[in-house]
This record gives sequence, C-alpha cells and structure tokens, in this order.
Amino acid sequence: MSRALVIVALAVFAGLAPKGAKAVPLLADTSKHLVAITTGFTGDEVLVFGTIDEPGDVVVVVRGPSIPIVMHRKSNIAGIWINTASMTFEQAPSFYAVASSKPLDEIARPNVLARHELGVENLKLEIPRARASPNVAQDWRAGLIRNQQRRGLYPTMVNEIGFLGERLFRTRIEFPDNVPTGTYQAEVYLIVDGHVVSAQKTPLIVSKVGAEAEVYDFAYQNSALYGVIAILIALVAGWLAHIAFRK
Amino acid sequence: MQIYLPIAEISLNVFLLLGLGGAIGFLSGVFGVGGGFLMTPILIFIGVPAPVAVGTEANQIVASSVSGVLAHWRRGNVDLKMGTVLLVGGLAGSTFGVWLFALLREIGQIDLVIRLSYVTFLGLIGGLMFVEALRAMTKRRSAGGMGKLHKHTWIHGLPLKMRFRRSKLYISALLPLGVGFFVGVLSALMGVGGGFIMVPAMIYLLGMPTAVVVGTSLFQIIFVTANVTFLQAYANQTVDVVLALLLLIGAVVGAQIGAKMSTRLHGEQLRILLAIMVLGVCAKLGYDLTTTPVDIYTIGVSH
Repeated sequence: MSRALVIVALAVFAGLAPKGAKAVPLLADTSKHLVAITTGFTGDEVLVFGTIDEPGDVVVVVRGPSIPIVMHRKSNIAGIWINTASMTFEQAPSFYAVASSKPLDEIARPNVLARHELGVENLKLEIPRARASPNVAQDWRAGLIRNQQRRGLYPTMVNEIGFLGERLFRTRIEFPDNVPTGTYQAEVYLIVDGHVVSAQKTPLIVSKVGAEAEVYDFAYQNSALYGVIAILIALVAGWLAHIAFRK
Repeated sequence: MQIYLPIAEISLNVFLLLGLGGAIGFLSGVFGVGGGFLMTPILIFIGVPAPVAVGTEANQIVASSVSGVLAHWRRGNVDLKMGTVLLVGGLAGSTFGVWLFALLREIGQIDLVIRLSYVTFLGLIGGLMFVEALRAMTKRRSAGGMGKLHKHTWIHGLPLKMRFRRSKLYISALLPLGVGFFVGVLSALMGVGGGFIMVPAMIYLLGMPTAVVVGTSLFQIIFVTANVTFLQAYANQTVDVVLALLLLIGAVVGAQIGAKMSTRLHGEQLRILLAIMVLGVCAKLGYDLTTTPVDIYTIGVSH
C-alpha cells in the first residue's frame, strides 16, 4: 500500500503518472484570476490551460453568476410592436462560454452533457412549470439564448481546445466589454470513454476597478448623494461655461 | 479612444461623445432650443440603454440651462413669479413622471413609451417647424405674425386668478400649474427640458410676451431637470455622470459657438435643416416601432 503511494507520488512529481493512476488526472488553471473593468475596458481574454494525465477529451466551461432574468415577448398591435408577455427565469448564467477538444456530441452522450450543462443548448434554464407548456417554455429558452448570444454573453459556437502533445491543453475565453460583474467559475472536465473522470473548478472574478467601480458603487449605495452631486457638477459646469464665454 | 461608462455599462468613443455634445450644443445655440429631444434618441441609437439616456440627458440639460439662463437673467428676461408657479407644477409633474417611469420599466413598457412619446412630439414639432420655415422662405415675411389671442374663452373663467407683473398677465394660476405639470411628466419620461413644448404653450396658451418666454422657461427647466436627475439617480440609478460630463463639455462649447454664429447664418435654411433632422429621428424611431423586430423576445431589467 505505502509502496504504491510512493510510486504514484513520484510519478506525479515527475509528470509521468502511469495509466490508471487516479491521483491527479487533471490539473488546470487560468492565466488570470481577475478580469478588471477599467476606464479603457473593451473586453478581455483569459487563457485556460492545464495538463491531463490520461488520454481523453477536455471540455472547458466558464460561467458567470446565476441571476434571475426577465424576458419580454412582443406582438404586433395596430401596427406597433409591443411587449405583451413576460417570463422570468429564476436562475440563468449571466455569462457562459464553452470550449472542447472535439465536437461535444462526439465526446459524450446527451445525458452526460446535460448533467454537467456542457454546451449552451444543455443549460438548465428553468421557468415556473405552471406558467408555460413545454413548447412555449422551449420558445422562451431559445429566445433567452438568442438574446444572450447577440450580446456576446453566450457562445454561438464551441471554441477549440489546442493540445501541445497529448497532455498539455489550452484555450482562450473571450469576455466582451458588456461582461457582467461577479464571481465566475472556470470548470475543466476530463472525459474518457464518454464519462467524466475528473473535473476541476477555479474561481474567476470579473470586477469593476478604480474610478469605474467607485462611481458605480456610489451610484447604487448612496443614490441620493450621487444625485445631488450630479446636479452640483452640472450647475458648476453651466456656470463656468457662462463665465468662460461672457465676451 | 474608448471610455467605459460606469452606469450605462458599455464603452463608447470619447470623441464621438464630445462631438455629439458639440453638434447638438451648436444647434441649441443657433436656435435657442435645449437639444434634449435630439440628444436622447441619438444616445439610444448609439447603444446607450434608453433609461440611462433619459436620466443622463436630464443631468446634462441642468448644465446647459444654467449657462443659458444667466445671460437672460442679466437682461431681466425672467419672470420669477411665473417661473415659480410653472416650477411648482413642474416639480409635481416630474416627480409623478419618474414614478411612472419606474413603474413602466418594471412592467417592460418603458422603451415603448419613450419611443412613442418621441415619435409623437418630434413628428409634431418637426412638421410645424418645417411648414413654418417653408412659409417664411417663400413669403419672406417677418416671423411671428400670429398675434396674441385676446379672446375671452373658458380659460379666463378658471378660479385662483393671479397677477404676473413681469408678463403683464392676470390669469388663473391653474393654467401655468397645468402646463408645468404636463411638461414635467414629459421631462421625466423623455429626458428633455421640454422647452420645445413649454415655449409655444407660454406664448399661445398663457399669452406671455415673447421677450420673457425663453428666460422664464430656462429658469424653471433648471429646477425641473435637477429634480428629474435627483429622482432618476435615487430611484432608478440611471444617471451616468461620466457620460453627462462628456456630453456637456461638448454641448456648452458648441452652444456658445452656435450663439455667436447664429447672426451670420441664414435662419430659414437652417431651420429647415433642423426640421429635417427632427423628422429624420422621428422617422427612424417610428420605423423601429413598426417593422418586425430582429427578435420578438427581449431581455428586460433584472432585479
């Protein structure tokens, strides 16, 4: 027993774990753990990389915090398109990105993909069952996904994962300039013969920093004072303009 | 150079915003209009969320009205008493308007109401301006030949009569209160000062002398838009000071240049140009409302 442990430990240490050793089949990390939204922010990208210990497929998922999302549906009334119905998704990821070493349907069966929410079509986007029949619910789900795709917050395709040799992998996850803030999870799955044999989660913070963060926090936490200051700035600016241009 | 706007939560080009402020400011300097009715829709077109466009524009109008009113104040063109009565109505109206705004936002109809209000008023004002300018060009007559309405109508039978010395009027206080209230609601919903409605209402409905109209209108706009700014910031968090600051820097400079150049420009041609712009914005908004949307499903405000 102890001899086996030593062998495994040595093998892992040397990066040459033999096939069948389940100790650390997957190791992954992100190139940064903070996506900072600053004054000049126009989007960012994060590298997710790691090493696998046995041949298999890798899927990387980055998801933003789950939030309730309100959706509206328009219909044409007297020639004008008006929101006539609405629906609330109690829990939907505010951001979702996925990368894979092979097309997802070649990696695992649908029930496995669904269980781990791999791929945008496998997201569990639930709405109150009493509010809609399955068909209607599917329309709302599709609507939500299309909207998030247009905003660049859900992917329109599965990114590729590049391999260096058989063990080292890496992929790039892109964040648009309208990326929501919060604590994200970078999830890496190792899938062998259609089964998830290992998974690792790494937190990733998306946060406004510096002046942006201060203005935003101030606006939400001291709304009244923020309003007063906004008015004062305008009054002073108007007065200065009058002084500056008076002949 | 891109700048990330903390409340609008998008990044836009700094020079685009300064230039936009400058262009609209220039127009407002030439024509003596506030420009909010053009700025807010254009902000929406370039991707600013409609509620943020409205709240932020109110903030910017505070600044342009202050610099405008100071000039009129020195010439004694502000009827303080009339301004105050209008203002009381305006404060009530804009407070109600911001409350209505929050309610409409909650039920997902705020974009529709903002756009519909714009289509209605831009169509009306743009159309009138266009016709008037065309008439002036063809007949080459001095403008403003409407004359005052001295007929006694039901308006003069209203109670609560008040004397407004500066405006040489003895009318019911309910009238300016009502006008103030109505424009206040629009100010909150549309992110405008409302001068483009207030000024004609003062001339034709209240019968005020034209000399004091603009100064008095600007005077009350400062307070009404300040009220809107405060309430939008307080209740809806839709005032982006960074955006407002960039716009107003452009706007105050543009307005001064416009005011200086207005004497050297051909008024009628410019007026037609402005009318065409107003109608263009109106047409774009109307087109968006009536053509099949890209997606009938949209995401509302999350809370």
